[in-house]
Amino acid sequence: MQHLYRRIYADPEFHELELKRGRFSWLLASILLITYFSFILIIAFAPELFAIPIIEGQIITWGIPVALFVILLSFLLTGIYVFRANTEFDRLVKDIVEHAENATDD
Amino acid sequence: MIRLSFRLLSSAVMLFMPAILFAADAIQGEVTQQPVNVTAITMFLIFVTGTLGITYWAAKRTKSTKDFYAAGGSITGFQNGLAIAGDYMSAASFLGISGLVFASGFDGLIYSIGFLVGWPIILFLLAERLRNLGKYTFADAVSYRLKPLPIRSLSACGTLTVVLLYLIAQLVGAGKLIQILFGLEYHFAVVIVGILMILYVTFGGMLATTWVQIIKAILLLCGATFMAIAVMYQMEFSFETLFVRAVEVHKSGINIMSPGGLVSDPVSAISLGLALMFGTAGLPHILMRFFTVPDAQEARKSVIYATGFIGYFYILTFIIGFGAIVLLVNNPEFLDPVTGGILGGNNMAAIHLSNAVGGEIFLGFISAVAFATILAVVSGLTLSGASAISHDLYASVLRHGEVLEGEEIRVSRIATIVLGIAAIFLGIVFEEQNVAYMVGLAFAIAASVNFPVLFLSMFWQKLTTRGAFYGGGIGLLSAVSCMILGPTIWVDILGNAEAIFPYKHPALFSMSAAFITIYIISKLDNSASAREEALAFEDQYVRSQTGLGSEGSVQH
Repeated sequence: MQHLYRRIYADPEFHELELKRGRFSWLLASILLITYFSFILIIAFAPELFAIPIIEGQIITWGIPVALFVILLSFLLTGIYVFRANTEFDRLVKDIVEHAENATDD
Repeated sequence: MIRLSFRLLSSAVMLFMPAILFAADAIQGEVTQQPVNVTAITMFLIFVTGTLGITYWAAKRTKSTKDFYAAGGSITGFQNGLAIAGDYMSAASFLGISGLVFASGFDGLIYSIGFLVGWPIILFLLAERLRNLGKYTFADAVSYRLKPLPIRSLSACGTLTVVLLYLIAQLVGAGKLIQILFGLEYHFAVVIVGILMILYVTFGGMLATTWVQIIKAILLLCGATFMAIAVMYQMEFSFETLFVRAVEVHKSGINIMSPGGLVSDPVSAISLGLALMFGTAGLPHILMRFFTVPDAQEARKSVIYATGFIGYFYILTFIIGFGAIVLLVNNPEFLDPVTGGILGGNNMAAIHLSNAVGGEIFLGFISAVAFATILAVVSGLTLSGASAISHDLYASVLRHGEVLEGEEIRVSRIATIVLGIAAIFLGIVFEEQNVAYMVGLAFAIAASVNFPVLFLSMFWQKLTTRGAFYGGGIGLLSAVSCMILGPTIWVDILGNAEAIFPYKHPALFSMSAAFITIYIISKLDNSASAREEALAFEDQYVRSQTGLGSEGSVQH
């Protein structure tokens, strides 16, 4: 097993994939972290922003759709990640592993 | 007026705790035992019979350690997603969050969201690496390249502390809840929950635990959906009507539509946010679920299903909380004639609402589901505690991995029974104690011990055993001591005038302490083993990213 690990580690395609995958994960994670902590900080520092009604004279405030948006965003980001990982990334991983294994047979 | 402001104050205190502990908290102090509720008990007995049947079925399929700890890796992503959602939708989170919305409207959402956003983070950063490196417990992943002895001892400490605190909080909450819902005596309730969880886990292992959780999750989702639809039906499916009528009757009026200033201090807000988010990523009974699926693909799928179900559930609790305001506040049937508040406290809002929209039978159903929920959650906790003892401490530390499968399973069964008895005993000892801080502390410890060590072992090549051990230890010590010296224990429980540590949530400080210590000590570690560990990172990295050679994958 270890020689396979070594071979894959030496494969530039593996590092290219990791760069791509890492960037993608951290991008999604930062979108979520920024949204969530902005939400928390608005609540801590400027809660009155969330008390403004969406339509003047009606009761639903901005706070409610924003909160629902954070819930929805969590779900959507998860979905985007799973879709790309289960198709593109998994295919690339499979190629890289097969490549390394075939090299053994040479 | 004085009574009203006191109630407001006490609900404000509650708000600073993670929602899971609300049930335990709200049912603190005076609890009047209710008359025996026959419908609820009958439905609960049906649930128990069914789940014991499943345990029997699972017991016949539980032969190897892999069956016992990880359900043989046979759970699909969808099933695992439901089970994870089930771990999240504890009785306290169902009753607690809807009770919180009932008490203060919008603020209930802050907690729901804090719990939910931990999930995508787990998926992006941890889930598949963990799945690819580990076998049964998260300590497997951490000790892949670090020395098993200190690392597993530390992880087992972290796991057992989290599990015990969580178990006590759940059991005390369960005892009190059951007194109200079923009219059974406290000790009786704690013993029943304890014995059932021992049965599920000892005989059925992870397979039974998972299916109990799945069934409960489905029942709870159906029940909550029915309640939310019934509420919206009465509001002619208009949110505007729901909110207008809630604002008309609620004592805080229009303020329930916006943040109520309960999370006003930014340090507490951020610290709480960190504890909720990264605590989730360090909860041993949740992390363990990633080993029950066959591969990384299914592990990812389980997160998307879990996030979907949990998000949906939190939206339901929001509607249920507002529905409870509209339908209960001016309904004398559900009000305490002495205090004017809701019977049994705010956390009973969802229970009373089930009676208001669905009558006696539905009330019985929801009460039985609440009981089932506690059972399912404590079973998962016990299993994860037992694995820390048998897999991490016994098999790996004590016997250096030289142990027969049958023997390891036997040890984990004994550990389950011992843990279960200890939990029953502690549940009885803590009956009159304030246990509300315990889940908060469990989250802080998970975020300051398990999470930093797990995260850095995967992302930072220069992490060494020494760094992880001391850093994790500091995280544990600082989380516990900040909590003891903070307002929750030092002032509220021990009765001192002023807190030595000013914040209710230690996570911001204890997490930083853990990360900084790990960093400094690892950097200073020039030992030969530290260099070997850094070298082994490359192999670990390839395995964690490709799944090559991982547990349950096709052997090459």
